[in-house]
Amino acid sequence: MTEFAEKLCRITGIGQSRVGRPSPKAPIELTLDAALAAIADAGLKPEDIDGIANYPMKSTEGGGISPVGVGEAMFALGIDCTWLGSGTHEGPGHMSAIFGAVMAVASGICRHVLVFRTVAQAQARLVSRESTLLTGHQARVDGNNAWTVPFGAVSPANMWALYAEAYFARYGYGPEQLGWIAVNGRRNAARNPNAIYTKPITIADYLASRMISTPLRLYDCDTHIDGATALVISHRDTAKDQPNPPIHIEAIGMGLGGLGQGIHTGDFTTLPGAEKAGAMLWSRTDFTPADVDNAQIYDGFSIHTVLWGEAIRLWGKGEALGFIDGGERIALTGELPINTGGGQLSGGRFHGYGHTFEACTQLWGRGGERQVKGARLSAVCNGGYGYGALLLRRD
Amino acid sequence: MTVPRKLPLLEAETAFFWTSGEDAKLRIRHCRACGHWQHPPLARCPKCHGADLAPEPVSGRGRVTSFTVNHQAWTSDEVQAFVFAVIELAEQKELYLFSNVLAAPEAMHIGMEVAVRFERHEDVWLPLFVPVEAAHD
Ligand SMILES: [Zn+2]
Repeated sequence: MTEFAEKLCRITGIGQSRVGRPSPKAPIELTLDAALAAIADAGLKPEDIDGIANYPMKSTEGGGISPVGVGEAMFALGIDCTWLGSGTHEGPGHMSAIFGAVMAVASGICRHVLVFRTVAQAQARLVSRESTLLTGHQARVDGNNAWTVPFGAVSPANMWALYAEAYFARYGYGPEQLGWIAVNGRRNAARNPNAIYTKPITIADYLASRMISTPLRLYDCDTHIDGATALVISHRDTAKDQPNPPIHIEAIGMGLGGLGQGIHTGDFTTLPGAEKAGAMLWSRTDFTPADVDNAQIYDGFSIHTVLWGEAIRLWGKGEALGFIDGGERIALTGELPINTGGGQLSGGRFHGYGHTFEACTQLWGRGGERQVKGARLSAVCNGGYGYGALLLRRD
Repeated sequence: MTVPRKLPLLEAETAFFWTSGEDAKLRIRHCRACGHWQHPPLARCPKCHGADLAPEPVSGRGRVTSFTVNHQAWTSDEVQAFVFAVIELAEQKELYLFSNVLAAPEAMHIGMEVAVRFERHEDVWLPLFVPVEAAHD
């Protein structure tokens, strides 16, 4: 049997720029801060990097969503690579750059791939805080957005609100339970020196927060930042000679479908593509969901954490909010600590890559005040419109 | 209920949908080979991969699968609360359409029966929905 690609790969270094809202630094500087930190953390020099991947491809539109391209990063690092790649919006979400790096390393094309994600959405909001979909240069809306924008749904908040409402109605939960995801995120962010929002909030604060699109409130939505995250994925043959205890990519899971091009399947209480990612993840390992000791679950909106957690079987269908209610079982000292760095809700929208960074931070025991005792197996989920999951393990 | 709108571009595959309301009928692309309805329209039938596809009128009736009341102003213009919903058309399971339901936010509920009502903006007839009990106002 062919060995799974991810079993040949290790994460050997991580780096993250200072978070800013806004940052005084240019996006390329933020990228270099993260990249050089990750390369040094991996015990490497820039010249050792022979591949670079990011997500998504550089874009000058979309309000700072991806201001730095892979080629630009390569030149700024003063290196010459064998392979450059970008994950696309149409792939399995944010993690497609990590999956591309895994394939490049496992296929023998690269030894050390630098993966980065840079966002400058806070800087973009200094120019305009208006929805680019409503005010953009085109008089009319086309493609996917044509199915929602003419009806005033210009924000992903509107779409994810539909999922939250349907989930509440089906399982009998409400904001009193969902709010604990935000409260937990803020509690953990207070112990993360690179989080954007650190002032504690209570469930009462959550329930009093401004309504955005029912049932989602302000604290259900993540926050625009400027910042960059990077990691180095190395071949296992070289990883053993690098300074950090290598982090195994125990399994990967990815899925598409069920949502996209204006097409939705299911009853709006599950993410069909994430379900596929979860099934793939557990088909590639002997570990089971019960073995996971910390989970970094995408929280572009709080409801993502619910749907993703169920998709990767950390909770049964309709059980997530029963587990999350009260916030104790998901706390740092609980049965299953989640979003231990504050997630995107309070840590800032590093756009999925903050979650992988946090998983590695935990597995390497670098969490400081937010360290989960004995963290050995971390599940990471990324994405709202394309889906990627990782199971990361330390020996 | 005023909704901040940007109109859809009439594209080759979708123009029929946006102009269908001219004769007060909602049309959805239908496969003549297997009978499958598809929305948004695709180049082939996703069920049988057939190409014998054409817009056909539907009843315009459906039920609310989920909804949200938008309160946030996404531009500097003020916004009144409006209802954005996903509607499952009566013709087929999971045949979903996103739209607005022209109803008071507090009257909304999942499962609400709704019927289409078109609102013309320039060359676009937007298919909006009203609760069925109010459909014959
Ligand atoms: Zn067909």
